[in-house]
Amino acid sequence: MTPLLQVTGLTRHYGTRLGCGDVSFDLWPGEVMGIVGESGSGKSTLLNCLAGHQAPDAGQVIFDTRSDGPVDTVTMSEPARRMLGRTDWAFVHQNARDGLRMGVSAGANVGERLMAVGARHYGDIRAQAVDWLGRVEIAEDRVDDRPRAFSGGMQQRLQIARNLVTGPRLVFMDEPTGGLDVSVQARLLDLLRGLVREMGLSAIIVTHDLAVVRLLADRLMVMKSGHVVETGLTDQVLDDPQHGYTQLLVSSVLQV
Amino acid sequence: MTAMQHDPAYNFAYLDEQTKRMIRRALLKALAIPGYQVPFASREMPMPYGWGTGGVQVTAACLTPEDRLKVIDQGADDTTNAVSIRKFFERTAGVETTEHTTESTIIQTRHRIPEAPLTEGQILVYQVPIPEPLRFLEPRETETRKMHALEEYGLMYVKLYEDIAHNGAISTAYAYPVKVEGRYVMDPSPIPKFDNPRLESAAIQLFGAGREQRIYAVPPHTQVVSLDFEDHPFEASKADHDCDLCGCGTSYLDEVIVDDAGGRMFVCSDTDFCAGRRAEGHSGRLSGEDAA
Repeated sequence: MTPLLQVTGLTRHYGTRLGCGDVSFDLWPGEVMGIVGESGSGKSTLLNCLAGHQAPDAGQVIFDTRSDGPVDTVTMSEPARRMLGRTDWAFVHQNARDGLRMGVSAGANVGERLMAVGARHYGDIRAQAVDWLGRVEIAEDRVDDRPRAFSGGMQQRLQIARNLVTGPRLVFMDEPTGGLDVSVQARLLDLLRGLVREMGLSAIIVTHDLAVVRLLADRLMVMKSGHVVETGLTDQVLDDPQHGYTQLLVSSVLQV
Repeated sequence: MTAMQHDPAYNFAYLDEQTKRMIRRALLKALAIPGYQVPFASREMPMPYGWGTGGVQVTAACLTPEDRLKVIDQGADDTTNAVSIRKFFERTAGVETTEHTTESTIIQTRHRIPEAPLTEGQILVYQVPIPEPLRFLEPRETETRKMHALEEYGLMYVKLYEDIAHNGAISTAYAYPVKVEGRYVMDPSPIPKFDNPRLESAAIQLFGAGREQRIYAVPPHTQVVSLDFEDHPFEASKADHDCDLCGCGTSYLDEVIVDDAGGRMFVCSDTDFCAGRRAEGHSGRLSGEDAA
């Protein structure tokens, strides 16, 4: 079996400051990996480099494409990378407004990716949009409402539906539960866990919320100051942290 | 048909020769890449933006002293915009002008294609307010340019989807997006979608957007396809009436309110076409009365 994503020596500088340095890992099909760390530790930089939103200064990101097998997405042509971005990849932003088109209806938001890959039958597009809204627990009668009429949790669920409608194999999530209250977070996590298992998705989840990775991630990577300081199975890292920073992180979680 | 005296204070057709050269270069490039928006250094013209500054510059760059110019606004030869642009070129270029589509060599138009079929050798110049069909869907110009370059036109269908979702049918009635020669998606300027099938023409069609500084073109006999869904095909619609003056049932109609008691009449929006039919003896429902 080949890994879905092979990352080697990924480095990104902002001028003389380091964004993320020399990150390497393999992600296997169906695996969910969490990246945790404090603000400014390079988590989002790493995710943006992986998803092709930023160009890394050095390193390889080799993705196992459906048609051509493993290809380095850093050096591949821009049209091909953008095509990956709307077929095999999905990106869930922390702020739903960044990932949604606020000016068009929920149905059109979900349908956009379908139309972007060539769907030209209105009835089919709409049926799929309604189906996906149902899967993320948005009632069918809201399909023609604009996202700005939705609550924060609904917007986030809509963003997830919009991303998953084309059946991606790899989902990048940047703080998917950030800014939501805890009960909405719990429902969203439950939904995400169900979808990931059901569709056999691989996912990379960036968060600073350890509860999120405990629930969703199989494997964990801890970052500090742009470097990976500890990796391992989620339960192993959280229950028996080795690196000093990880110990601090785990012990900082408030107990209710 | 009048030939006015060219005011010698102006260079021929108002613009200086270098500017006309620059615009002609942009026009040639636009013709070479049908539907592609070519940037050009649009000049300040002696009229406000939105009154056809782009069209006027394109017309000025194409005019020769032998040309016969026709200017229409919403199909009519006698509206303010058409009259003032016609006068402008009579004074600055001294060219002959005409109201007859068939006798003209250059037609500058706002929001209509003349009813009479255009022929080879004629040039149709459109005034374009917003050249970018994706503008209101994707506000970033850098992104829309990239989408054109990479032929990513899924977003254009989002607009049509929204139309159907909210109104049950594609309700876009003007500026209906088209795909030119299977490549670029183009805004055909705010012509009614009734005119869209006639974008496939024997004439050269040039589009000038002055404020937005873009020129694009459709060469003769170029394929122009209106975008649609498989289950909601494109339909070239018009008011379901006959012209009340000339009785024509196939031309594009304007609805005119004639009194404050709900009275209305439908007339051809192309005044030259309507007058021509009346001269041939055709008549409509109200042609005996002094309705208009």
